[in-house]
Amino acid sequence: MNFEFFFNNLPSLTVSGLAFGAIYALIALGYTMVYGVLQLINFAHSEVFMYGTFAMLWTVMALGGADADGVELVAILLASLVAAMALSAIVALVLERVAYRPLIKRNAPRLIALISAIGASFVLAELMGLRDRVAGWLGLEDDLSDYVGKARINNSIAGVVEAPRWDIGGVSVSSIDILVILSAVAMMVVVDQFVRRSKLGKGIRATAQDPETASMMGVNPTRTIQMTFLIGGLMAGVAAFLYMLKIETTKFDVGFLLGVKAFTAAVLGGIGNLRGALLGGLVLGVAEIWGSALLGTEWRHVVAFVLLVVILLFRPTGLLGESLGKARA
Amino acid sequence: MIRSSKSWRAVAVAAAAGLVLAACGTTEDAGDEGGSGGGGEAACDLKLAFFGPETGPAAGLGKPIIQGAELAVSQYNEDAECEVELVNFDSQGSPDEAPALATEVAGDESIIGVVGPAFSGESAAAGPIFAEAGVPTVSPSATNPALSENGWDTFHRALGNDATQGPAAAAYIKDTLQAESTFVIDDASEYGAGLAGIVEEDLGGDAVAGTDTIQVGDTDFSATVTKAVDSGADAVFFGGYYAEATILIGQLRDGGFDGTFVVADGVKDPAYLDAGDAAEGTIITCPCIPDTDPAVADFAAAYEEEFGEAAGTYAAEAYDAATIFLDGIGEGIGDREAMLEFVNGYDEAGITKQLSFDESGEPSEVKVYAYKVEGGEIVSDGEIG
Repeated sequence: MNFEFFFNNLPSLTVSGLAFGAIYALIALGYTMVYGVLQLINFAHSEVFMYGTFAMLWTVMALGGADADGVELVAILLASLVAAMALSAIVALVLERVAYRPLIKRNAPRLIALISAIGASFVLAELMGLRDRVAGWLGLEDDLSDYVGKARINNSIAGVVEAPRWDIGGVSVSSIDILVILSAVAMMVVVDQFVRRSKLGKGIRATAQDPETASMMGVNPTRTIQMTFLIGGLMAGVAAFLYMLKIETTKFDVGFLLGVKAFTAAVLGGIGNLRGALLGGLVLGVAEIWGSALLGTEWRHVVAFVLLVVILLFRPTGLLGESLGKARA
Repeated sequence: MIRSSKSWRAVAVAAAAGLVLAACGTTEDAGDEGGSGGGGEAACDLKLAFFGPETGPAAGLGKPIIQGAELAVSQYNEDAECEVELVNFDSQGSPDEAPALATEVAGDESIIGVVGPAFSGESAAAGPIFAEAGVPTVSPSATNPALSENGWDTFHRALGNDATQGPAAAAYIKDTLQAESTFVIDDASEYGAGLAGIVEEDLGGDAVAGTDTIQVGDTDFSATVTKAVDSGADAVFFGGYYAEATILIGQLRDGGFDGTFVVADGVKDPAYLDAGDAAEGTIITCPCIPDTDPAVADFAAAYEEEFGEAAGTYAAEAYDAATIFLDGIGEGIGDREAMLEFVNGYDEAGITKQLSFDESGEPSEVKVYAYKVEGGEIVSDGEIG
């Protein structure tokens, strides 16, 4: 154990941990909201995130982000944020329409929906991983070779954003990390307030508490479920954008590990609880980095899951343990 | 007419026995024919196998190897009476896939030699199966030193292992870069951890500022970066493949590391250049001959004509590996046993080096080269040592 290194670098390690944790938290939001409303774990949510990363990547490539700077670059990045949110939201809505709604309509057991989710996850990931072949069938592989050529390996926008490092009180931190943390927290607050105060949010909470009574009171359950998927998808899009700013690289199977971690964050904070997702994500991110610093980076995933087991042993419903329906207005 | 079920059974047993006997007979016949088919003339209907990643995350490293072997085979076929077929066995570079694939190769008697396995992990997993079945293998790219220490008579490689590449990398760091302290990172793979261990040992205690291990498939290396920067090292050595190296160097530069990044052959792939400016100045060691070397000029030209791109990493070594088998087939060798004997006793000038193997399957001549990322390209920086 390297305590000297750990304590000397505690502030900068913590900032890195918070930044990655904030990305976990934004993805966790999608898991937690769908669970709150449907008591369903949407395992395909990781692919919703993955499609967002590619929307960001392709937008930056198509608009020539590599040669842009200043205001032009900011405009391109904003466009890529919108594209990531849009594609993630579309994938989430299609997922709801194709993989869940038919099952819910037929009153299928939750387990069936879970398996449908896992199946959808594989289909979406492999579709991205085989996009060169899909383009080949359409006869577009030459026109789109920049976009589909590296189907199964890393795709990168390295060098597009040159982020300065800031010196805050003697601690050197990456400006991207600060941006990631601030925007993630801001988005979480917006969603939290939306669910607490807006009419639609009230509908979501009502459906989470008691779907039958809610529909008798005039809440349209189908629309509410769609809304839940939409918000989860939009937030996964924001997460994808921030992830690409920070890591700059994506691949068709990037969602798997991040999805597992985000799901862990949701459970850690209390699944079905919006604020729990934020807390769970940040705690998980920081614990991973601290664990890596103390024990070696190869222990990162061990630390994350041991933490989950320990917390669930003492608080079986997670850190905040409150469901979406019980959140007070 | 037979009515009792007992009689039926007797007939069935007799019929089955007949079939079995007939089958035995056929096999023996085929065996005899195969045996007498040998002799002076080139044998027919023979196949070579490529074993390694054709798809998957490391497909970029597999492609030039496949194409190098393909070139050798197509040149041989041009004026051969009987064409040799090269069959690709796609392991995706994964040790988990390797045993089943190796069993498949071993089961096809017409395959009398394997170019590969390409990576060290899959070589370790597939090696015992090839040794058991007596399939001679010549790897153009697996560099883990332990592979030749298993007593597999069938194992050979056409390049120097990490026991020579590691010290060469360490020597480059010490002598050419004159780095005072080096931070050593590995990816916990058979190849990466082995190589990083050798570099660490060779640099020696004080010259190693610290070590860390990452996981293949991870994308956030902030803890590792903080450690490397905090250690004040003026060089970082990474043992691993390009997928992680590309992300790692980007994060190291963002994290404020301004020393030299030194990596080995697993990173020598055009995809590493995705890292952009961050990759500039990276030193890559490799026991692979540069395609600008005069020795491989003819090969490089033929390769470019055939595939429309410059010969990539280990293309020339794969060409050499395939050539060894093709020479054997040309001399009329038609079975694995004779081929193994032929490969063990081989001693000819290949395009990359003099090709001959010692008892354990290691090449007798070994060269390690340095490459450098300059102006968005991987260029040769001469031989090390």
